[in-house]
Amino acid sequence: MIGSYILEISYILASVLFIVGLKMLSHPESARRGNILAAVGMGMAILFTILFHKKDGEAIGNIPLILLALVIGTIIGWMVAKKVKMTAMPQLVSLFNGMGGACAALISVMEFPHVAHEGMYAEMFSGEVLNILLGLVIGSVSFAGSMIAFGKLNGNVGDLRIKWLRYVNMGMLVVIIGVIGYIMSMGNIAPSDAMPVVYTLMVIALLYGVLFVMPIGGADMPVVISLLNSFTGVAAATGGFLYQNQAMLTGGILVGSAGTILTVLMCKAMNRSLLNVIVGVFGGGGEAANQEAGTIKEISMSDTSVLLGYSQKVVIVPGYGLAVAQAQHLCHELEELLEEKGVSVKYAIHPVAGRMPGHMNVLLAEADVSYDKLVEMDEINSELPQTDVVIIIGANDVVNPAAENDPSSPIYGMPIIKAHLAKNIIVMKRGMGKGYAAIENMLFFNDKTRMLFGDAKASLQKLVTDVKSL
Amino acid sequence: MENILAFIYEYREPIFAIILSIFLGIEVISHVPAVLHTPLMSGANAIHGVVIIGAIIVMGHAHTTLPIILGFLAVILGTLNVVGGFVVTDRMLEMFKKKKK
Repeated sequence: MIGSYILEISYILASVLFIVGLKMLSHPESARRGNILAAVGMGMAILFTILFHKKDGEAIGNIPLILLALVIGTIIGWMVAKKVKMTAMPQLVSLFNGMGGACAALISVMEFPHVAHEGMYAEMFSGEVLNILLGLVIGSVSFAGSMIAFGKLNGNVGDLRIKWLRYVNMGMLVVIIGVIGYIMSMGNIAPSDAMPVVYTLMVIALLYGVLFVMPIGGADMPVVISLLNSFTGVAAATGGFLYQNQAMLTGGILVGSAGTILTVLMCKAMNRSLLNVIVGVFGGGGEAANQEAGTIKEISMSDTSVLLGYSQKVVIVPGYGLAVAQAQHLCHELEELLEEKGVSVKYAIHPVAGRMPGHMNVLLAEADVSYDKLVEMDEINSELPQTDVVIIIGANDVVNPAAENDPSSPIYGMPIIKAHLAKNIIVMKRGMGKGYAAIENMLFFNDKTRMLFGDAKASLQKLVTDVKSL
Repeated sequence: MENILAFIYEYREPIFAIILSIFLGIEVISHVPAVLHTPLMSGANAIHGVVIIGAIIVMGHAHTTLPIILGFLAVILGTLNVVGGFVVTDRMLEMFKKKKK
Protein backbone atom coordinates (compact mmCIF):
# COMPACT_ATOMS: atom_id res chain seq x y z
CA MET A 1 0.00 0.00 0.00
CA ILE A 2 2.88 2.30 0.81
CA GLY A 3 3.82 2.03 -2.87
CA SER A 4 0.53 3.57 -3.92
CA TYR A 5 1.11 6.48 -1.56
CA ILE A 6 4.56 7.08 -2.95
CA LEU A 7 3.21 6.84 -6.50
CA GLU A 8 0.49 9.42 -5.96
CA ILE A 9 2.86 11.77 -4.15
CA SER A 10 5.38 11.40 -6.97
CA TYR A 11 2.63 12.40 -9.42
CA ILE A 12 1.87 15.50 -7.39
CA LEU A 13 5.56 16.35 -7.31
CA ALA A 14 5.89 15.72 -11.05
CA SER A 15 2.94 18.04 -11.70
CA VAL A 16 4.58 20.77 -9.61
CA LEU A 17 7.87 20.28 -11.45
CA PHE A 18 6.08 20.54 -14.81
CA ILE A 19 4.44 23.79 -13.77
CA VAL A 20 7.59 25.32 -12.30
CA GLY A 21 9.64 24.05 -15.25
CA LEU A 22 7.28 25.63 -17.75
CA LYS A 23 7.31 28.87 -15.80
CA MET A 24 11.10 28.92 -15.77
CA LEU A 25 11.19 28.14 -19.47
CA SER A 26 9.58 31.47 -20.16
CA HIS A 27 12.52 33.48 -18.75
CA PRO A 28 15.90 33.52 -20.51
CA GLU A 29 18.01 33.10 -17.37
CA SER A 30 16.12 30.21 -15.87
CA ALA A 31 15.02 28.45 -19.08
CA ARG A 32 17.61 25.74 -19.11
CA ARG A 33 17.14 24.81 -15.48
CA GLY A 34 13.39 24.81 -16.05
CA ASN A 35 13.77 22.26 -18.80
CA ILE A 36 15.92 20.03 -16.62
CA LEU A 37 13.48 20.36 -13.74
CA ALA A 38 10.59 19.22 -15.93
CA ALA A 39 12.72 16.32 -17.16
CA VAL A 40 13.42 15.29 -13.56
CA GLY A 41 9.69 15.33 -12.85
CA MET A 42 9.10 13.17 -15.89
CA GLY A 43 11.79 10.67 -14.97
CA MET A 44 10.40 10.37 -11.48
CA ALA A 45 6.85 9.81 -12.70
CA ILE A 46 8.03 7.12 -15.13
CA LEU A 47 10.17 5.33 -12.57
CA PHE A 48 7.52 5.24 -9.86
CA THR A 49 4.85 4.17 -12.34
CA ILE A 50 6.90 1.11 -13.25
CA LEU A 51 7.67 0.34 -9.61
CA PHE A 52 4.40 1.00 -7.88
CA HIS A 53 1.50 1.22 -10.31
CA LYS A 54 -1.29 -1.24 -9.63
CA LYS A 55 -4.45 -1.86 -11.59
CA ASP A 56 -7.05 -3.87 -9.68
CA GLY A 57 -4.28 -5.08 -7.41
CA GLU A 58 -2.16 -6.23 -10.32
CA ALA A 59 1.35 -4.77 -10.56
CA ILE A 60 3.00 -3.70 -13.81
CA GLY A 61 4.08 -6.75 -15.81
CA ASN A 62 6.27 -7.16 -18.89
CA ILE A 63 8.92 -5.10 -17.14
CA PRO A 64 11.86 -6.41 -19.21
CA LEU A 65 10.01 -5.46 -22.40
CA ILE A 66 9.07 -2.06 -21.00
CA LEU A 67 12.67 -1.40 -20.08
CA LEU A 68 13.80 -2.55 -23.51
CA ALA A 69 11.35 -0.15 -25.15
CA LEU A 70 12.52 2.66 -22.87
CA VAL A 71 16.14 1.98 -23.77
CA ILE A 72 15.43 1.82 -27.50
CA GLY A 73 13.42 5.04 -27.38
CA THR A 74 16.06 6.80 -25.27
CA ILE A 75 18.93 5.83 -27.54
CA ILE A 76 17.14 6.81 -30.74
CA GLY A 77 15.67 9.99 -29.28
CA TRP A 78 18.97 11.04 -27.75
CA MET A 79 20.99 10.37 -30.90
CA VAL A 80 18.57 12.12 -33.21
CA ALA A 81 18.22 15.11 -30.90
CA LYS A 82 21.99 15.44 -30.47
CA LYS A 83 23.00 14.85 -34.06
CA VAL A 84 20.52 16.96 -35.95
CA LYS A 85 21.58 20.35 -37.30
CA MET A 86 20.24 23.44 -35.58
CA THR A 87 18.47 24.41 -38.79
CA ALA A 88 16.46 21.21 -38.67
CA MET A 89 15.13 21.91 -35.18
CA PRO A 90 11.57 22.84 -36.14
CA GLN A 91 10.93 19.59 -37.98
CA LEU A 92 12.47 17.64 -35.12
CA VAL A 93 10.10 19.20 -32.61
CA SER A 94 7.29 18.30 -34.98
CA LEU A 95 8.55 14.73 -35.29
CA PHE A 96 8.71 14.19 -31.52
CA ASN A 97 5.32 15.79 -31.16
CA GLY A 98 3.93 13.30 -33.65
CA MET A 99 5.40 10.43 -31.63
CA GLY A 100 3.50 11.63 -28.56
CA GLY A 101 0.29 11.88 -30.58
CA ALA A 102 0.73 8.36 -31.94
CA CYS A 103 1.39 7.09 -28.44
CA ALA A 104 -1.84 8.65 -27.17
CA ALA A 105 -3.80 7.23 -30.11
CA LEU A 106 -2.39 3.75 -29.53
CA ILE A 107 -3.33 3.87 -25.85
CA SER A 108 -6.89 4.80 -26.80
CA VAL A 109 -7.17 1.98 -29.33
CA MET A 110 -5.91 -0.56 -26.83
CA GLU A 111 -7.98 0.62 -23.90
CA PHE A 112 -11.19 1.06 -25.87
CA PRO A 113 -12.45 -2.51 -25.40
CA HIS A 114 -12.01 -2.26 -21.62
CA VAL A 115 -13.62 1.14 -21.30
CA ALA A 116 -16.41 0.30 -23.68
CA HIS A 117 -17.02 -2.91 -21.78
CA GLU A 118 -17.86 -0.94 -18.69
CA GLY A 119 -19.39 2.09 -20.31
CA MET A 120 -21.41 1.05 -23.29
CA TYR A 121 -23.65 -1.61 -21.89
CA ALA A 122 -25.32 0.29 -19.18
CA GLU A 123 -26.10 3.77 -20.32
CA MET A 124 -26.87 5.99 -23.27
CA PHE A 125 -24.20 8.56 -22.52
CA SER A 126 -20.80 7.46 -21.38
CA GLY A 127 -18.33 10.21 -20.71
CA GLU A 128 -15.59 7.60 -20.47
CA VAL A 129 -16.24 6.41 -24.02
CA LEU A 130 -16.40 10.00 -25.30
CA ASN A 131 -13.11 10.76 -23.56
CA ILE A 132 -11.28 7.81 -25.05
CA LEU A 133 -12.63 8.50 -28.55
CA LEU A 134 -11.51 12.12 -28.26
CA GLY A 135 -8.07 10.88 -27.21
CA LEU A 136 -8.00 8.65 -30.28
CA VAL A 137 -9.08 11.37 -32.69
CA ILE A 138 -6.88 14.14 -31.30
CA GLY A 139 -3.86 11.85 -31.01
CA SER A 140 -4.30 10.63 -34.58
CA VAL A 141 -4.76 14.14 -36.01
CA SER A 142 -1.70 15.28 -34.10
CA PHE A 143 0.37 12.37 -35.33
CA ALA A 144 -0.61 12.64 -39.00
CA GLY A 145 -0.43 16.43 -38.98
CA SER A 146 2.98 16.46 -37.32
CA MET A 147 4.33 13.98 -39.84
CA ILE A 148 3.15 16.17 -42.72
CA ALA A 149 4.60 19.24 -41.00
CA PHE A 150 7.85 17.34 -40.58
CA GLY A 151 7.84 16.36 -44.25
CA LYS A 152 7.13 19.91 -45.34
CA LEU A 153 9.89 21.49 -43.28
CA ASN A 154 12.24 18.75 -44.43
CA GLY A 155 11.31 19.51 -48.01
CA ASN A 156 9.76 16.11 -48.74
CA VAL A 157 6.19 17.33 -48.93
CA GLY A 158 5.00 20.30 -50.94
CA ASP A 159 2.15 22.69 -50.30
CA LEU A 160 -1.27 21.83 -51.54
CA ARG A 161 -3.25 24.99 -52.04
CA ILE A 162 -6.71 24.22 -53.24
CA LYS A 163 -9.54 26.55 -52.37
CA TRP A 164 -12.13 23.82 -51.84
CA LEU A 165 -9.91 21.81 -49.54
CA ARG A 166 -11.19 23.75 -46.57
CA TYR A 167 -14.73 22.57 -47.32
CA VAL A 168 -13.48 18.99 -47.50
CA ASN A 169 -11.81 19.54 -44.13
CA MET A 170 -14.94 20.96 -42.57
CA GLY A 171 -16.87 18.02 -43.99
CA MET A 172 -14.42 15.58 -42.46
CA LEU A 173 -14.76 17.24 -39.10
CA VAL A 174 -18.50 16.74 -39.29
CA VAL A 175 -17.98 13.09 -40.26
CA ILE A 176 -15.64 12.59 -37.29
CA ILE A 177 -18.21 14.03 -34.90
CA GLY A 178 -20.86 11.86 -36.55
CA VAL A 179 -18.84 8.67 -36.15
CA ILE A 180 -18.10 9.47 -32.51
CA GLY A 181 -21.82 9.96 -31.95
CA TYR A 182 -22.54 6.70 -33.76
CA ILE A 183 -20.10 4.69 -31.65
CA MET A 184 -21.51 6.19 -28.49
CA SER A 185 -25.03 5.34 -29.47
CA MET A 186 -24.22 1.73 -30.37
CA GLY A 187 -25.31 0.76 -26.90
CA ASN A 188 -25.73 -2.82 -26.03
CA ILE A 189 -23.18 -4.59 -28.22
CA ALA A 190 -19.91 -6.30 -27.51
CA PRO A 191 -16.97 -3.90 -27.62
CA SER A 192 -15.22 -6.13 -30.15
CA ASP A 193 -18.08 -5.46 -32.59
CA ALA A 194 -17.47 -1.76 -32.21
CA MET A 195 -13.75 -2.06 -33.00
CA PRO A 196 -14.07 -1.90 -36.81
CA VAL A 197 -15.90 1.40 -36.44
CA VAL A 198 -13.22 2.61 -34.01
CA TYR A 199 -10.51 1.76 -36.52
CA THR A 200 -12.48 3.56 -39.22
CA LEU A 201 -12.64 6.59 -36.97
CA MET A 202 -8.87 6.44 -36.52
CA VAL A 203 -8.30 6.29 -40.28
CA ILE A 204 -10.59 9.28 -40.86
CA ALA A 205 -8.80 11.21 -38.12
CA LEU A 206 -5.40 10.40 -39.64
CA LEU A 207 -6.62 11.54 -43.04
CA TYR A 208 -7.98 14.71 -41.49
CA GLY A 209 -4.61 15.39 -39.89
CA VAL A 210 -2.94 15.12 -43.29
CA LEU A 211 -5.43 17.37 -45.05
CA PHE A 212 -5.44 19.83 -42.17
CA VAL A 213 -1.74 20.59 -42.56
CA MET A 214 -1.42 20.12 -46.34
CA PRO A 215 -2.53 23.62 -47.39
CA ILE A 216 -0.44 25.41 -44.77
CA GLY A 217 3.02 26.45 -45.84
CA GLY A 218 6.41 27.83 -44.94
CA ALA A 219 6.32 30.63 -42.41
CA ASP A 220 3.10 29.37 -40.87
CA MET A 221 4.60 26.00 -39.98
CA PRO A 222 5.72 26.99 -36.46
CA VAL A 223 2.18 28.09 -35.68
CA VAL A 224 0.83 24.77 -36.86
CA ILE A 225 3.45 22.82 -34.93
CA SER A 226 2.60 24.78 -31.82
CA LEU A 227 -1.07 24.05 -32.39
CA LEU A 228 -0.47 20.34 -32.92
CA ASN A 229 1.70 20.45 -29.82
CA SER A 230 -1.24 21.63 -27.77
CA PHE A 231 -3.39 18.94 -29.44
CA THR A 232 -1.02 16.26 -28.23
CA GLY A 233 -1.20 17.83 -24.78
CA VAL A 234 -4.96 17.40 -24.79
CA ALA A 235 -4.62 13.83 -26.10
CA ALA A 236 -2.25 13.05 -23.22
CA ALA A 237 -4.75 14.58 -20.82
CA THR A 238 -7.52 12.28 -22.08
CA GLY A 239 -5.20 9.43 -21.12
CA GLY A 240 -4.85 11.01 -17.70
CA PHE A 241 -8.60 11.18 -17.38
CA LEU A 242 -8.88 7.57 -18.45
CA TYR A 243 -6.45 6.33 -15.82
CA GLN A 244 -7.34 8.97 -13.24
CA ASN A 245 -3.67 9.85 -13.41
CA GLN A 246 -2.86 13.29 -12.03
CA ALA A 247 0.57 13.66 -13.64
CA MET A 248 -0.79 12.91 -17.10
CA LEU A 249 -3.80 15.09 -16.53
CA THR A 250 -1.99 18.22 -15.34
CA GLY A 251 0.95 17.73 -17.71
CA GLY A 252 -1.35 17.26 -20.70
CA ILE A 253 -3.76 20.08 -19.93
CA LEU A 254 -0.93 22.44 -19.05
CA VAL A 255 0.66 21.89 -22.44
CA GLY A 256 -2.75 22.05 -24.09
CA SER A 257 -3.54 25.49 -22.72
CA ALA A 258 0.00 26.89 -22.75
CA GLY A 259 0.41 25.60 -26.30
CA THR A 260 -2.77 27.30 -27.39
CA ILE A 261 -1.68 30.62 -25.89
CA LEU A 262 1.75 30.23 -27.47
CA THR A 263 0.07 29.60 -30.82
CA VAL A 264 -1.93 32.78 -30.44
CA LEU A 265 1.19 34.74 -29.44
CA MET A 266 3.00 33.48 -32.53
CA CYS A 267 0.10 34.54 -34.72
CA LYS A 268 0.17 37.97 -33.11
CA ALA A 269 3.87 38.35 -33.88
CA MET A 270 2.94 37.93 -37.53
CA ASN A 271 -0.15 40.06 -37.22
CA ARG A 272 -2.40 37.22 -38.32
CA SER A 273 -5.34 35.49 -36.80
CA LEU A 274 -5.21 31.80 -35.97
CA LEU A 275 -8.18 31.16 -38.22
CA ASN A 276 -6.34 32.89 -41.03
CA VAL A 277 -3.39 30.56 -40.61
CA ILE A 278 -5.51 27.43 -40.45
CA VAL A 279 -7.66 28.24 -43.43
CA GLY A 280 -4.42 29.03 -45.22
CA VAL A 281 -5.44 32.05 -47.23
CA PHE A 282 -2.01 33.65 -47.10
CA GLY A 283 -0.30 34.48 -50.36
CA GLY A 284 -1.42 36.33 -53.44
CA GLY A 285 -3.02 39.74 -53.08
CA GLY A 286 -1.11 42.98 -52.80
CA GLU A 287 -1.95 43.83 -56.39
CA ALA A 288 -0.95 47.44 -55.97
CA ALA A 289 2.62 46.50 -55.20
CA ASN A 290 2.83 44.31 -58.27
CA GLN A 291 2.01 47.13 -60.62
CA GLU A 292 4.45 49.72 -59.35
CA ALA A 293 7.51 47.55 -59.79
CA GLY A 294 10.43 49.62 -60.99
CA THR A 295 13.90 48.63 -62.06
CA ILE A 296 16.29 46.38 -60.25
CA LYS A 297 19.88 47.51 -59.80
CA GLU A 298 22.60 44.97 -59.25
CA ILE A 299 25.90 45.44 -57.49
CA SER A 300 29.20 43.68 -58.07
CA MET A 301 31.05 41.75 -55.44
CA SER A 302 34.00 44.14 -55.32
CA ASP A 303 31.75 47.19 -55.02
CA THR A 304 29.98 45.51 -52.16
CA SER A 305 33.18 44.77 -50.29
CA VAL A 306 34.41 48.35 -50.74
CA LEU A 307 31.06 49.74 -49.61
CA LEU A 308 31.11 47.53 -46.54
CA GLY A 309 34.78 48.01 -45.71
CA TYR A 310 34.52 51.81 -45.68
CA SER A 311 31.26 52.07 -43.78
CA GLN A 312 30.96 53.03 -40.16
CA LYS A 313 27.85 51.19 -39.30
CA VAL A 314 26.53 48.00 -40.89
CA VAL A 315 23.39 46.10 -39.94
CA ILE A 316 22.84 42.54 -41.11
CA VAL A 317 19.26 41.33 -41.49
CA PRO A 318 19.29 37.52 -41.57
CA GLY A 319 16.39 35.47 -42.84
CA TYR A 320 15.45 31.94 -43.76
CA GLY A 321 17.79 32.05 -46.76
CA LEU A 322 20.76 32.25 -44.41
CA ALA A 323 19.59 29.11 -42.63
CA VAL A 324 18.99 27.26 -45.88
CA ALA A 325 22.42 28.17 -47.24
CA GLN A 326 24.00 27.22 -43.89
CA ALA A 327 25.99 30.44 -44.21
CA GLN A 328 25.83 31.52 -40.57
CA HIS A 329 29.52 30.80 -39.94
CA LEU A 330 30.60 32.82 -42.96
CA CYS A 331 28.29 35.57 -41.88
CA HIS A 332 30.04 35.63 -38.51
CA GLU A 333 33.42 35.65 -40.25
CA LEU A 334 32.42 38.65 -42.33
CA GLU A 335 31.19 40.38 -39.21
CA GLU A 336 34.51 39.81 -37.43
CA LEU A 337 36.51 41.01 -40.44
CA LEU A 338 34.50 44.20 -40.64
CA GLU A 339 34.80 44.78 -36.91
CA GLU A 340 38.58 44.48 -37.24
CA LYS A 341 38.44 47.24 -39.79
CA GLY A 342 36.57 49.42 -37.32
CA VAL A 343 33.11 48.94 -38.77
CA SER A 344 30.33 48.53 -36.22
CA VAL A 345 28.26 45.47 -37.14
CA LYS A 346 24.94 44.47 -35.65
CA TYR A 347 22.29 41.92 -36.48
CA ALA A 348 18.66 42.94 -36.74
CA ILE A 349 16.49 40.10 -35.53
CA HIS A 350 12.88 39.99 -36.61
CA PRO A 351 10.85 37.84 -34.21
CA VAL A 352 9.43 35.67 -36.96
CA ALA A 353 12.38 35.62 -39.36
CA GLY A 354 13.09 32.07 -40.42
CA ARG A 355 10.82 29.13 -39.94
CA MET A 356 10.25 29.40 -36.22
CA PRO A 357 10.33 32.25 -33.73
CA GLY A 358 13.83 32.68 -32.42
CA HIS A 359 15.20 30.73 -35.39
CA MET A 360 17.78 33.41 -36.17
CA ASN A 361 18.95 33.63 -32.56
CA VAL A 362 19.57 29.92 -32.48
CA LEU A 363 21.21 29.90 -35.88
CA LEU A 364 23.60 32.78 -35.16
CA ALA A 365 24.35 31.47 -31.70
CA GLU A 366 25.50 28.28 -33.37
CA ALA A 367 28.06 30.35 -35.25
CA ASP A 368 29.23 31.96 -31.96
CA VAL A 369 27.86 35.39 -32.75
CA SER A 370 27.88 37.21 -29.43
CA TYR A 371 24.59 37.92 -27.73
CA ASP A 372 24.88 41.72 -27.61
CA LYS A 373 25.24 41.88 -31.39
CA LEU A 374 21.73 40.54 -31.86
CA VAL A 375 19.36 43.47 -31.67
CA GLU A 376 15.61 43.10 -31.56
CA MET A 377 13.43 44.74 -34.14
CA ASP A 378 12.09 47.73 -32.19
CA GLU A 379 15.51 48.72 -30.95
CA ILE A 380 17.29 48.46 -34.29
CA ASN A 381 14.59 50.36 -36.17
CA SER A 382 15.52 53.59 -34.37
CA GLU A 383 19.16 53.11 -35.35
CA LEU A 384 18.58 52.33 -39.00
CA PRO A 385 18.43 55.94 -40.29
CA GLN A 386 22.04 56.38 -39.10
CA THR A 387 23.14 53.08 -40.62
CA ASP A 388 25.40 53.19 -43.65
CA VAL A 389 24.64 49.78 -45.08
CA VAL A 390 21.95 47.23 -44.38
CA ILE A 391 22.73 43.76 -45.75
CA ILE A 392 19.69 41.58 -46.10
CA ILE A 393 20.65 37.93 -46.31
CA GLY A 394 17.84 35.67 -47.37
CA ALA A 395 15.12 37.69 -45.69
CA ASN A 396 12.17 39.08 -47.60
CA ASP A 397 8.76 39.61 -46.06
CA VAL A 398 10.19 40.85 -42.75
CA VAL A 399 11.70 43.88 -44.52
CA ASN A 400 8.89 44.51 -46.97
CA PRO A 401 7.76 48.14 -46.62
CA ALA A 402 4.36 47.12 -48.01
CA ALA A 403 3.58 46.09 -44.44
CA GLU A 404 3.67 49.79 -43.58
CA ASN A 405 2.35 51.60 -46.61
CA ASP A 406 0.19 49.28 -48.69
CA PRO A 407 -3.16 48.58 -47.02
CA SER A 408 -4.05 46.12 -49.79
CA SER A 409 -1.06 43.93 -49.01
CA PRO A 410 -1.71 40.69 -47.14
CA ILE A 411 1.11 41.51 -44.75
CA TYR A 412 -0.13 45.05 -44.10
CA GLY A 413 0.23 45.83 -40.40
CA MET A 414 2.92 43.26 -39.71
CA PRO A 415 5.79 44.90 -37.81
CA ILE A 416 8.93 44.96 -40.00
CA ILE A 417 12.59 45.83 -39.83
CA LYS A 418 12.68 49.22 -41.53
CA ALA A 419 15.62 48.48 -43.77
CA HIS A 420 14.43 51.10 -46.24
CA LEU A 421 15.47 53.83 -43.80
CA ALA A 422 19.18 52.99 -44.11
CA LYS A 423 21.51 54.91 -46.41
CA ASN A 424 22.37 51.89 -48.53
CA ILE A 425 20.63 48.57 -48.83
CA ILE A 426 22.23 45.43 -50.19
CA VAL A 427 19.98 42.46 -50.77
CA MET A 428 21.60 39.06 -51.08
CA LYS A 429 19.23 36.74 -52.83
CA ARG A 430 19.21 33.68 -55.02
CA GLY A 431 16.99 35.26 -57.62
CA MET A 432 13.92 37.39 -57.93
CA GLY A 433 11.76 34.81 -56.18
CA LYS A 434 9.18 36.02 -53.76
CA GLY A 435 9.09 35.45 -50.04
CA TYR A 436 6.72 33.12 -48.30
CA ALA A 437 3.87 35.60 -48.56
CA ALA A 438 4.32 35.40 -52.35
CA ILE A 439 4.15 39.14 -52.76
CA GLU A 440 6.44 41.61 -54.50
CA ASN A 441 8.86 43.45 -52.26
CA MET A 442 9.05 47.14 -53.12
CA LEU A 443 12.28 47.40 -51.19
CA PHE A 444 14.09 45.69 -54.08
CA PHE A 445 13.05 48.51 -56.38
CA ASN A 446 14.10 51.23 -53.95
CA ASP A 447 16.68 53.73 -55.31
CA LYS A 448 19.02 52.93 -52.44
CA THR A 449 18.81 49.17 -52.99
CA ARG A 450 21.40 47.09 -54.80
CA MET A 451 20.88 43.41 -55.44
CA LEU A 452 23.64 40.84 -55.02
CA PHE A 453 22.34 37.69 -56.66
CA GLY A 454 23.64 34.24 -55.88
CA ASP A 455 23.73 31.59 -53.18
CA ALA A 456 24.24 33.24 -49.79
CA LYS A 457 27.08 30.91 -48.85
CA ALA A 458 29.01 31.41 -52.09
CA SER A 459 28.44 35.16 -52.04
CA LEU A 460 29.52 35.52 -48.44
CA GLN A 461 32.60 33.42 -49.11
CA LYS A 462 33.64 35.76 -51.91
CA LEU A 463 32.81 38.80 -49.83
CA VAL A 464 34.99 37.56 -47.00
CA THR A 465 37.93 37.09 -49.40
CA ASP A 466 37.34 40.48 -50.98
CA VAL A 467 37.06 42.33 -47.69
CA LYS A 468 40.25 40.63 -46.47
CA SER A 469 42.18 41.95 -49.42
CA LEU A 470 40.92 45.51 -49.02
CA MET B 1 -29.21 14.30 -19.21
CA GLU B 2 -29.02 12.68 -15.84
CA ASN B 3 -26.18 10.54 -17.14
CA ILE B 4 -24.20 13.61 -18.07
CA LEU B 5 -24.75 15.17 -14.68
CA ALA B 6 -23.80 11.93 -12.98
CA PHE B 7 -20.66 11.74 -15.09
CA ILE B 8 -19.63 15.26 -14.14
CA TYR B 9 -20.38 14.52 -10.51
CA GLU B 10 -18.37 11.33 -10.56
CA TYR B 11 -15.39 12.99 -12.19
CA ARG B 12 -15.65 16.32 -10.40
CA GLU B 13 -12.08 16.14 -9.11
CA PRO B 14 -10.30 15.62 -12.44
CA ILE B 15 -12.63 18.20 -14.02
CA PHE B 16 -11.61 20.60 -11.29
CA ALA B 17 -7.94 19.87 -11.97
CA ILE B 18 -8.49 20.36 -15.71
CA ILE B 19 -10.10 23.76 -15.30
CA LEU B 20 -7.40 25.01 -12.94
CA SER B 21 -4.66 23.64 -15.20
CA ILE B 22 -6.09 25.49 -18.17
CA PHE B 23 -5.85 28.82 -16.36
CA LEU B 24 -2.45 27.92 -14.99
CA GLY B 25 -1.11 27.12 -18.45
CA ILE B 26 -2.32 30.46 -19.77
CA GLU B 27 -0.94 32.36 -16.79
CA VAL B 28 2.44 30.66 -16.74
CA ILE B 29 3.52 31.55 -20.25
CA SER B 30 1.61 34.67 -21.18
CA HIS B 31 4.62 36.98 -20.75
CA VAL B 32 7.19 34.99 -22.65
CA PRO B 33 9.56 36.94 -24.95
CA ALA B 34 9.38 36.03 -28.66
CA VAL B 35 12.96 34.74 -28.59
CA LEU B 36 11.92 31.96 -26.25
CA HIS B 37 8.85 30.86 -28.21
CA THR B 38 10.63 27.98 -29.88
CA PRO B 39 12.41 26.53 -26.83
CA LEU B 40 9.20 26.93 -24.88
CA MET B 41 7.24 25.10 -27.55
CA SER B 42 9.86 22.40 -27.56
CA GLY B 43 9.85 22.16 -23.77
CA ALA B 44 6.08 21.92 -23.67
CA ASN B 45 6.37 19.27 -26.37
CA ALA B 46 8.57 17.22 -24.07
CA ILE B 47 6.17 17.63 -21.15
CA HIS B 48 3.22 16.16 -23.00
CA GLY B 49 5.43 13.13 -23.41
CA VAL B 50 3.97 12.31 -19.99
CA VAL B 51 1.57 10.26 -22.11
CA ILE B 52 4.27 7.60 -21.83
CA ILE B 53 2.92 6.77 -18.36
CA GLY B 54 -0.28 5.64 -20.06
CA ALA B 55 1.75 3.54 -22.46
CA ILE B 56 3.59 1.90 -19.57
CA ILE B 57 0.31 1.14 -17.83
CA VAL B 58 -1.19 -0.40 -20.99
CA MET B 59 1.95 -2.39 -21.65
CA GLY B 60 2.19 -3.47 -18.01
CA HIS B 61 -1.24 -5.04 -18.12
CA ALA B 62 -1.12 -6.53 -21.60
CA HIS B 63 -1.31 -10.31 -21.74
CA THR B 64 -1.82 -11.24 -25.37
CA THR B 65 0.50 -10.78 -28.31
CA LEU B 66 -1.13 -7.90 -30.18
CA PRO B 67 -1.54 -5.61 -27.15
CA ILE B 68 2.04 -6.38 -26.11
CA ILE B 69 3.35 -5.42 -29.55
CA LEU B 70 1.24 -2.26 -29.66
CA GLY B 71 2.16 -1.41 -26.08
CA PHE B 72 5.84 -1.91 -26.83
CA LEU B 73 5.48 0.43 -29.79
CA ALA B 74 3.61 2.97 -27.66
CA VAL B 75 6.33 2.97 -25.00
CA ILE B 76 9.02 3.52 -27.65
CA LEU B 77 7.03 6.38 -29.21
CA GLY B 78 6.42 7.97 -25.82
CA THR B 79 10.10 7.67 -24.88
CA LEU B 80 11.09 9.31 -28.16
CA ASN B 81 8.77 12.18 -27.32
CA VAL B 82 10.14 12.60 -23.80
CA VAL B 83 13.87 12.08 -24.38
CA GLY B 84 14.03 13.74 -27.77
CA GLY B 85 11.93 16.64 -26.54
CA PHE B 86 14.01 17.41 -23.48
CA VAL B 87 17.36 16.92 -25.22
CA VAL B 88 16.41 19.15 -28.16
CA THR B 89 15.16 21.84 -25.81
CA ASP B 90 18.36 21.65 -23.81
CA ARG B 91 20.42 21.97 -26.97
CA MET B 92 18.51 25.05 -28.03
CA LEU B 93 18.83 26.66 -24.62
CA GLU B 94 22.51 25.80 -24.41
CA MET B 95 23.04 28.13 -27.35
CA PHE B 96 21.15 30.92 -25.69
CA LYS B 97 23.35 30.55 -22.68
CA LYS B 98 26.59 30.55 -24.60
CA LYS B 99 25.71 33.86 -26.16
CA LYS B 100 25.43 35.53 -22.79
CA LYS B 101 29.15 35.21 -22.06
